[in-house]
Amino acid sequence: MSEMKLTLKETFFRGIWKENPVAYQVLGICSALAVTVQMKTAIVMGIALTVVTGMSNLIISMLRKKIPSTIRIIVELTVIASLVIVIDQVLQAFLYDISKQLSVFVGLIITNCIVLGRAEAFALANDPLPSLLDGLGNGLGYGLILVAVAFVRELLGAGKIVGFSVIPQSWMDAGYSHMGLMVLAPGAFFIIGLLVWLKNSLPGASREEKTAQ
Amino acid sequence: MLDLISLFIDSVFIGNILLSYFLGMCSFIAVSNNIETSVGLGFAVIFVLTITAPANWAIYHWLLAPGALSWAGLGHLDLSFLKYITFIAVIAAIVQAVEMIIDKYSPVLYSALGVFLPLIAVNCAILGTALFMVEREYSLVESIVFGAGSGTGWMLAIVAMATIKKKMRYADVPQGLDGFGITMIVGGLMAMTFMMFSGITL
Repeated sequence: MSEMKLTLKETFFRGIWKENPVAYQVLGICSALAVTVQMKTAIVMGIALTVVTGMSNLIISMLRKKIPSTIRIIVELTVIASLVIVIDQVLQAFLYDISKQLSVFVGLIITNCIVLGRAEAFALANDPLPSLLDGLGNGLGYGLILVAVAFVRELLGAGKIVGFSVIPQSWMDAGYSHMGLMVLAPGAFFIIGLLVWLKNSLPGASREEKTAQ
Repeated sequence: MLDLISLFIDSVFIGNILLSYFLGMCSFIAVSNNIETSVGLGFAVIFVLTITAPANWAIYHWLLAPGALSWAGLGHLDLSFLKYITFIAVIAAIVQAVEMIIDKYSPVLYSALGVFLPLIAVNCAILGTALFMVEREYSLVESIVFGAGSGTGWMLAIVAMATIKKKMRYADVPQGLDGFGITMIVGGLMAMTFMMFSGITL
């Protein structure tokens, strides 16, 4: 893959910020939001997705010369679904409470557009090592957005950061109250919308394509 | 009967699969630019959900659930960990079969829904409904009602979004917010509206 002039480092980092999956490719929003009420679940979800994206990219890239292109989607889905089963079993074994809170959303990693999207767009055309890094980078970028959204929702909605209360009692006495909206579904929509606005307004960020026409 | 109606109302409005569980967002954002297309996709989702929910129910309860294989003398097996890979395969297979059947017997329906069916196989709403059905331990009838209700709720949301987007063409949206950003904000407002129904019990 010599025409890929990207170094391994660039392959890894470009998924994290420059082409960050959530803000730029509008992919994988699906399961991103339901787990962002608390930072704890968002972090676990981010790690789970990173592992799945990285490993599926690695495996599919290793198999890419063996997979007939007519049935590649089903092969990719099988690889991804198997990885998700492994992740789900690991979570149930070691982090049972969090796995209960994530409920069906771990399973929904299978239909997450990022995982399949990276397999289709990158792993089928590149060597295993760059594919692994591309998958990890994109997964981490996605995790970053999740954690950012969860940070705002947990801080404003419950006054906590990763489970620790940070709002001093004196504020409470002075009439501060938690913003119930943030804990509910609409809060996540608003935060993602504002986050995209922020990212588009930052210098250096090229204006987002008119979304997914 | 009354609790089935209640379950239907609940899955359409209060527990709307799109606006409160964020499932099916990809196509919600990508396809909501045109009202007719979103109506077509909406009907396709209702159709597929109403079929796949009971099909997955049957497979889970007769093959995968703990003790489900006791009719074959294998009552000690618990295959429920296989549910992800089974559900996705069942959904993909049913979508493919439905596409072929419609193509053969109803060209009119095929020209309306055909292009959307492949999109649906990887729609999170379909897999999500199947997984919720297992987690909430619905019966067979309940799973059909839940499937139809989720589909209806999804269609309602995407058609409403397409209509709002049409109106918004004449609105002066701030530059950085245009496109994806404003779609999310509008989605948030819609989610708030749908939550108004949460007091309703039958």
